[in-house]
Amino acid sequence: MAQLLQLTLNGRARVDAVPDNLLLLYYLRELVGLTGTKTGCDGGECGACTVLIDDEPRLSCLMLAASVAGRRVDTVESLGEDGQLSAVQRGFHEKLGSQCGYCTPGFIMSSVGLLRRNPRPTDDEIRAALGGNICRCTGYVKIIEAVKHAIELHEAGVEP
Amino acid sequence: MQALPEFELLRPTTLDDARKARAAHPESQIIGGGTDLMVNIRRGIVAPPVLIDLTGVAELRKINADETSLEIGASVTLVELAAHPQVIKHYPVVAEAAAHIAGPMHRNMGTVGGNLCLDTRCIFYNQSEWWRGAIHHCLKTTGDICHVAPKSRGVCFATFSGDLAPALMTLDAEIGVARADGIRAMPLNALYIGYARQDEPQTATRGDGKHFLSLRPGEIVTSVSVKNTPGLRSAYDKIRIRRSIEFPVCGVAVALRRDGDALIDLRVAFTGTNSRPVRLEGTAALCGGTPDARVLQDLDALVRDQVMAMKTTFTPGHYRRRVAGVLARRLVTRLFES
Repeated sequence: MAQLLQLTLNGRARVDAVPDNLLLLYYLRELVGLTGTKTGCDGGECGACTVLIDDEPRLSCLMLAASVAGRRVDTVESLGEDGQLSAVQRGFHEKLGSQCGYCTPGFIMSSVGLLRRNPRPTDDEIRAALGGNICRCTGYVKIIEAVKHAIELHEAGVEP
Repeated sequence: MQALPEFELLRPTTLDDARKARAAHPESQIIGGGTDLMVNIRRGIVAPPVLIDLTGVAELRKINADETSLEIGASVTLVELAAHPQVIKHYPVVAEAAAHIAGPMHRNMGTVGGNLCLDTRCIFYNQSEWWRGAIHHCLKTTGDICHVAPKSRGVCFATFSGDLAPALMTLDAEIGVARADGIRAMPLNALYIGYARQDEPQTATRGDGKHFLSLRPGEIVTSVSVKNTPGLRSAYDKIRIRRSIEFPVCGVAVALRRDGDALIDLRVAFTGTNSRPVRLEGTAALCGGTPDARVLQDLDALVRDQVMAMKTTFTPGHYRRRVAGVLARRLVTRLFES
């Protein structure tokens, strides 16, 4: 069985025929070719596959592509404009919030989701918002610093 | 990329269509956020031929909450419930339980109905197909014995782990259940039949970790509702291995009323310990005075008697029983003195 999927992906309207049993993660990576979203644990425990659905961070490895019909989906590729990094991307780059980089797209999308609904989060709110993402390299300290830096950049007018 | 098994996805937008779809496909499975079901499908644990996604049903997405009553639709997301100002104010145990479920992304996806009907869990069940096949599967799937209790004579001990159920049970919640010919109401407590008793035969109202819900084929949980009790103080707490995202080692909901220096009403419920959420029996005997050391000791004895934690998780049963008592005593003390 297949369905016609209409959605807004990274700001652009798109229509695709998708099988009922296609996961959003594989729709993005294999069908559309956006490989920024990563496959991690495959079981909803690591957060590497996090994307924004109507600005809410969700796990694309546990969602069916057909279930985002009519929704707005943003992946890490949606960030930044004209070669300029977004606030969260700059935060992770400049404060060394990324080492091997595999978890980074997930962390960035969780952080962007946080800043879009709460532009001035407290330390506890940052930690709570990133609670569903795992990083085995950084020890998280640099990641928290990266998000704090992104908050400053966002206040100075850079898009999250 | 490993392909999922073939299935048909139905996305009804009205409850009527959902009921018809459920009646037309008795072998179908309801899907909310999919945070648990999709994992099980991916691991080859279940393979329903039809999935009915209820997240688009507008009637099931409402929260009606004020100081007299609370009604929550089955497709309300956990993040909506945890952040609802009236729920936080008048039914704190429900908001706290919702905020304690899994991680932030799961709460954005997961629904109230999904958490209430959450599949039971076990270290011998929630594993890959290869892992399960290596020990000839278990009772809950296609095997002959329960690896937790090999002499269980056909009884499965998988553990119920939903966090909302104990919270709502302390408030004597009722649920709405839709079927093809109407809607019936029943106590939430009666939804859970995972008694897992080896000394009595299994019936439609006494099941185990495998048959843990009393829903009949074709039925859908549509809502849960409670009436407020004036003066009731309530809270939820939970111990887990990874605090930001995990199923409970043990979760405890407590609601109580205080009159002067006396405890006059005490309700305690647990999750993560038995094949059903357990509302503690015999708490009336603990009321009437201040909850001093002796009362708390009696509470602990009730907990250890009624909580039947088995080796279904990475933490041993006796540890979870002790944790259950500690959490209950802490919450009772905190709520009484607040």
